[in-house]
Amino acid sequence: MYVAVKGGEAAILATHDLVAEARRGDEAVPEISVAQIREQQGLACARVMNEGSLYDADLAALALKQAQGDAIEAAFLMRAYRTTLPRFGSSEPVDTARMAIRRRVSATYKDLPGGQVLGPTYDYTHRLFDFALMEASNIMVGLDPTISEREGEPHSAEDARVRPEHDAKPLDAHMPRVPDILGAEGLMEPEEPPEGDPRPFDLTREPVSFPADRDVRLQAMARGDEGFMLGLGYSVQRGYGNSHPFVGEVRVGEVSVAFVPEELGFAVDLGDITLTECQMVNQFAGSKDVPPQFTRGYGLSFGHSERKAMSMSLVDRALKCREFGEAAEYPAQQDEFVLYHSDNVEAAGFVEHLKLPHYVDFQGELELIRRIRREREERLARNQDTLPEAAE
Amino acid sequence: MTMSEKTARQRWMAILSRASRAEVASLLGPDLPQHEVLKAPETGTVMVEGRAGGAGRRFNLGEATVTRCVVRLAEGAMGFSYALGRDARKARLAAILDARLQAEASDSTLHQGIARLAENQAAARDLASRKAAATKVDFFTLVRGA
Repeated sequence: MYVAVKGGEAAILATHDLVAEARRGDEAVPEISVAQIREQQGLACARVMNEGSLYDADLAALALKQAQGDAIEAAFLMRAYRTTLPRFGSSEPVDTARMAIRRRVSATYKDLPGGQVLGPTYDYTHRLFDFALMEASNIMVGLDPTISEREGEPHSAEDARVRPEHDAKPLDAHMPRVPDILGAEGLMEPEEPPEGDPRPFDLTREPVSFPADRDVRLQAMARGDEGFMLGLGYSVQRGYGNSHPFVGEVRVGEVSVAFVPEELGFAVDLGDITLTECQMVNQFAGSKDVPPQFTRGYGLSFGHSERKAMSMSLVDRALKCREFGEAAEYPAQQDEFVLYHSDNVEAAGFVEHLKLPHYVDFQGELELIRRIRREREERLARNQDTLPEAAE
Repeated sequence: MTMSEKTARQRWMAILSRASRAEVASLLGPDLPQHEVLKAPETGTVMVEGRAGGAGRRFNLGEATVTRCVVRLAEGAMGFSYALGRDARKARLAAILDARLQAEASDSTLHQGIARLAENQAAARDLASRKAAATKVDFFTLVRGA
């Protein structure tokens, strides 16, 4: 039963004021600007762009500010705003082989063409607090030497920091994607567009049915919750899914987006977006129809978001079990499970709706429980009466 | 799409889409030419497509905000602009520039300004690439028992 209830307007208005106050915090502390969030919390913005499924760093920063840093609430704001915008069309597929590389590492080849480029990464930091980042430097002194430079300590001759970038040559303009190197040897599952290079399915416009094709799965995972994808990816590694993965390559950098407006009829370059791509290489023993080879898991995400792209690539491979005749025994291999539970805006909506008024539903339940208990007690009492008297 | 396949107009539109509003405005100068706004600056989205494995089946990665504008100069040339983001003012100025650039000889001051912007953008890309290159790993092998 659904009954509309009125009331609470004044309380709701008051909570809007109070949440604004809570968001602002102590007014003695300067207010953070959207530009500061965009520039200094870029990885958080990337997560919001991915899960909000909208590339716009300014809006992601605004969403984070408005949501007090709650990434899922911020993604919700992005999704809601997106629905107000017209869609001009679809871009040409981005070409990640032509990415302007900022970071590119491979765990399968040491000396790959173009080299291992570490780029900006926390991978080699000690995970010690860098108290130099605190404004109040008098509170505590202590540095993570992997991030801050120790005062007065000269760099050693081997230190890369004595080689300023002005002396370095730029990176190769074209860096081959690692699976393509294996592909040239015929050891890698080929990755080619299907006949006619069809337009991809769009789950924001059409309802998803199962089994879902790979384009549907990749779109769902790209906008899926990073934590959920990470957990599923981890489960695959721990044995809940048949996977022996290697990072063929992770690359981060800028890729141009081209769009063909109908009225112009030629491709217009809209500018660059930052993308992270992960190509996971998985061993495959072969089957009746497919010879032993390496197979691929693919991850692609907005911004610098390696954990997301890597998790996505693990789950992508797990979801390909049907194509390779593998049993789908575990959650990460079941497309319906993965796709129906990866969207954190939907999931949060359904979980959190539980806190909204369910007064009438609950009254019904309450009545039911009382009646059942009453009936049970009456039944017990009747049985008591009919029991034969125990011998004294 | 490779650089060599691009027309001159595609090249300047690409340069303008990457330029800041201030850069676009300074190219145009303080006095805007007479123009009619045929399609007011409008923000929408473009669905960004990727390919599975980088080269395989197309899939929808997610949308990106895009702002577009169409103008016509008094002398009749039509100008378009399309760029990532939500900058309506930049969209209008870039559309005016697109119209003027089509009307002008390729050695005009305006075309030279576009060339300067292109140089700056190339220099920024080059610097970013060299910064990344400074983090390239030089492997050395330790020989045991030699």
